[in-house]
Amino acid sequence: MRMKSAKWWTYHILVGGFSVLMLYPVVWLLMSSFKESHTIFTTAKSLIPHPWIWTNFTDGWKGIGGNSFGLFIKNTAVLVILTMIGQIISCSLIAFGFARLEFKGKAIWFGIMMVTLMLPNEVVMVPQYIIFSKLGWLNSMKPLVVPAYFGHPFFIFLLVQFIRTIPRELDEAATIDGCNTFNIFYRIILPLIKPALATTAIFSFYWTWDNLLGPVLYLNSPAKYTVSMALNMFLSTETVSNWGAMFAMSIVTLIPVFVIFFIFQRYVVEGISTSGLKG
Amino acid sequence: MSTPIVNENVQQRTSITSESIRKRRVLKENLTGYAFISPFVIGFLAFTLIPIITSLYLSFTNYNLFSSPQWIGLQNYIKMFTQDPRYWKSLKVTLIYVFAGVPLRLAFALLVAMLLNTASKAVGLYRSLFYLPSLIGGSVAVSIMWRNIFGDQGIINILFHFLGIPVVRWFGNPTAALWMLIFLSVWQFGSSMLIFLAGLKGIPKSYYEAASMDGANRWRQFTKITLPMLSPVILFNTVMQTIGAFMTFVPAFIISKGTGGPMDGTLLYSLYLFTQGFSFFNMGYASAMAWIMLIIVGILTAIIFATSKFWVHYESEGGR
Repeated sequence: MRMKSAKWWTYHILVGGFSVLMLYPVVWLLMSSFKESHTIFTTAKSLIPHPWIWTNFTDGWKGIGGNSFGLFIKNTAVLVILTMIGQIISCSLIAFGFARLEFKGKAIWFGIMMVTLMLPNEVVMVPQYIIFSKLGWLNSMKPLVVPAYFGHPFFIFLLVQFIRTIPRELDEAATIDGCNTFNIFYRIILPLIKPALATTAIFSFYWTWDNLLGPVLYLNSPAKYTVSMALNMFLSTETVSNWGAMFAMSIVTLIPVFVIFFIFQRYVVEGISTSGLKG
Repeated sequence: MSTPIVNENVQQRTSITSESIRKRRVLKENLTGYAFISPFVIGFLAFTLIPIITSLYLSFTNYNLFSSPQWIGLQNYIKMFTQDPRYWKSLKVTLIYVFAGVPLRLAFALLVAMLLNTASKAVGLYRSLFYLPSLIGGSVAVSIMWRNIFGDQGIINILFHFLGIPVVRWFGNPTAALWMLIFLSVWQFGSSMLIFLAGLKGIPKSYYEAASMDGANRWRQFTKITLPMLSPVILFNTVMQTIGAFMTFVPAFIISKGTGGPMDGTLLYSLYLFTQGFSFFNMGYASAMAWIMLIIVGILTAIIFATSKFWVHYESEGGR
């Protein structure tokens, strides 16, 4: 073993130190959630709680207005799963159509899709709200879930890019063997695009889990709230003194995001690097 | 005499049948294609096109969801630009947020990406650590966290006190509050960094070797190789981040508890649009705001693309 050079040490102290500094706020949030509420700001200088307490988590878990935080997590999980299924089915079908099939007007529709990628959501927000309210869908998950079954431009683009890398010879061989178009999609392409589908599923989870604007618009009764709505309600209704419980529940909402990232890191990094998905 | 005619007929018939077979095949191909993309087509019509047209119509009306829309011509637009100081304030705040936040974020992203573009084994770990803020940045939890570390007794002020810098009351001053939001956006440079890192990996090492043999220093290598080679990625990042920054909602909503305060200092465009549309139910006015936003974003994107021919370098066009 040779000694590491001074350059090596400088690099790692600089870059490592900077990354610790970046993440310090998150560590502070985590540590504060184990502190007694009234000491969080008086002891903000020291990271280590004294004493360590768990009551912030049990307090926070009780939730608000008789709805436990567990219920909010369950609501969000249902929303996430329904959205994810919708995105995967619809986006893979659409992407296959764009990447592999020839039809009149394909270029136009693909162009339209790329434009909607850049369209600010605010432009459709008000009319969508009106449409969903006329349909009687307010205070239900439908306005949040149903659009997911009609594709999302980012995921479609990601999948199209991925399918284009698969050699067409595979499709041709399958055609000769008597496969129809749907079977080529289902038996040949779908198994090969699993990594891109994983990226789609992960980002679909992140965006739905974090979404605040959608639930703020469409969910009115606290029993239907998602975790981000619940945190927002904590912030607006809790007395200033109960920071501990709010921090603890903030940490709880971040845990699934971290866990999924550390398990599926590769798909996340690849998804962003290849298609510019925003994290 | 009769044989050629028969032949002609046969030829004609076969050409007709092959023509109709071809037509039928094309029809079938078209139907299959549209069957696959039909979710997008239906979704686009139902959730994008019809709403956009409705939005344009509503922007010329007075509408509160409960009574039918009332045509008022350009009133909403006139009111927005001449009688609504909060609108101007929110536009100003948003433009500062975008033009300060996006360049800072991209500069950070590029700097860190270049630091990480080495063969070190630890790069994978650092990459993940720097990406984490971007991953969780859109959540309510992080906005709550940010609100507290910038609080009067938060760690930022403790740090300032320690360094002898006068303590800032981040919530007492509209400018400071806006910068708090900008810092939050810069903190989330991770996803742009990943895109830059992928771009940097695509630049052949031999370019740098040749340049250093010719005696080009690091700075020249950066301006003459890295920046031009990376320019398409910079363009992509700039466009997407600008659009994204314009639509920022969650941090402003959470940090100001939905008010856009102090003194409208954090009243980002989306937040004001939301307030007009869904707190005051001025849906016509909110639609007009949305259309102006669309136009501003469109113009900004067009400007970025128009200038791109002076600074974006595409290798396939045989650049250098």
